[in-house]
Amino acid sequence: MIIFESVSKKFGSLPALDNISLDIKQGEFVFIVGPSGAGKSTLLKILTREMLPTNGKVTVNHVDITKIKDRDIPHLRRKVGVVFQDFKLLDDRTVFENVALTLEAQGKADEEIVKMVEHTLKLVEIWDKRNLFPRQLSGGEQQRTAIARAVVGKPDIVLADEPTGDLDPKTAWGVIQLLNEINSWGTTVIMATHNQEIVNTLKRRVIVLKTGKITKDSKEGKYE
Amino acid sequence: MNRSFAFARRNIRRTPFQALAALMIMFLTFLALQVFIILAAGSQAALRYFESKPQVIAFFKEGTTNQDVLAIENALSKETKVTNTKFVSKDEALAIYQEKNKNDPALLELVTANILPASLEISTKEPQDLAEIAEILKREPVVSDTIVPEDVVQTLTSVTSIIRIVGSITVGFLMIFATLVIVMIIGFKIRLKRNEIEIMRLLGASPSFIRNPFILEGIFYGVAGAALAWSLSYSLLWYFTPFLQGYLGEVGLLPVNFLFMLELLGSSLIAAFIVGSLGSFAAVRRYLKI
Repeated sequence: MIIFESVSKKFGSLPALDNISLDIKQGEFVFIVGPSGAGKSTLLKILTREMLPTNGKVTVNHVDITKIKDRDIPHLRRKVGVVFQDFKLLDDRTVFENVALTLEAQGKADEEIVKMVEHTLKLVEIWDKRNLFPRQLSGGEQQRTAIARAVVGKPDIVLADEPTGDLDPKTAWGVIQLLNEINSWGTTVIMATHNQEIVNTLKRRVIVLKTGKITKDSKEGKYE
Repeated sequence: MNRSFAFARRNIRRTPFQALAALMIMFLTFLALQVFIILAAGSQAALRYFESKPQVIAFFKEGTTNQDVLAIENALSKETKVTNTKFVSKDEALAIYQEKNKNDPALLELVTANILPASLEISTKEPQDLAEIAEILKREPVVSDTIVPEDVVQTLTSVTSIIRIVGSITVGFLMIFATLVIVMIIGFKIRLKRNEIEIMRLLGASPSFIRNPFILEGIFYGVAGAALAWSLSYSLLWYFTPFLQGYLGEVGLLPVNFLFMLELLGSSLIAAFIVGSLGSFAAVRRYLKI
């Protein structure tokens, strides 16, 4: 489903990713771990075409995303939901409006949007908070809203960049369980994290990055 | 597109002071444009009125016979520059005098038909032909005096020309200024919504989905400003019509033709649409990198 072939990314003369090759299958749950500056976020940004690699080829669903035209990037992004550490919710919109934005951007009809948003907000258990603004929510509720926004369009892949970084351990676990559930529907989940406890408890595939290189890739790995 | 309208409406509602500033600038620009157009059209119409009216008036001496007048009229009819002649007898002159001064009995008491001379009013095709016709009339022994109101026409011609030049320069400057204000305000809003735009991009929004609300917003400021300016200029014109009619006398400019005002509204809206869309397109091109 996702194939990185000899992918490198340099910022000036500094390498962020160095000749990376990996293959992620449909429905996998993959942790990308490593210290700050290891290249985790760069890898995710290449997948959303926020960045182009300096060298190499990246294929998503048999399409080389390094070669697609600018006008096709929105179509790629509709297949890839993104969850951020800082949530990136719009402060002047309610929970419902934030989640609906994904579907509005995709040009869905109003009636369909109402149905899909209601369904998703109920799944992530914040339907009762739908009319509140982000500042009226706890960190965990904000991250659930962000996850709802990422999955409401039924993407093939969900990218989560340190989604538990700003949350307390209990709330973080709630978010991880939610991502795990989303993965159980068949959605591929790729999560960049520093959180050893979560990685070691979940026992999923772990890819370790250090200074832009993959140093370890294990199926039921650990973060040591 | 409906969604773009909804987003544009929300953008305007959530930054009311910027919206008001943009709207007021567009309003003032189009008010100036419409005032200059009304003035130019008014002076042009007044000019046409004076050009079409008898421009040389020849007054006859006491004892002038109908044959003398007829001979002059025949002679003038052979002149290609003359479009029309009209004889005004002593009695007709008195009737005109009485009509003009009907509210002033003192003036009416003093005047009889005998002290008013008969006259001949001659229209020409072009204002510059007036002097030549006046010279011909002065040579007639029965003509006591001639009046050539060419100065009025000349003054009106220069006033119309000045209004057009000053109006074009002022309106041109205001149009550029208004376009730049739209660029500035839409550019500012784009910067203000940087995060929102970034999020929309990541959610898979197409460039047009992101751009359209900003462009519609710019067009709205232009069109709403022009419509408001038209409402005010028409209201003022309508309100002051009785007062202005007293000054304009026989020059039938007022009440203003509604069709002319509709044309003014239509052309203002088209100009506003162009200014608004140009300004917002420029802002989107300059500041919105998608």
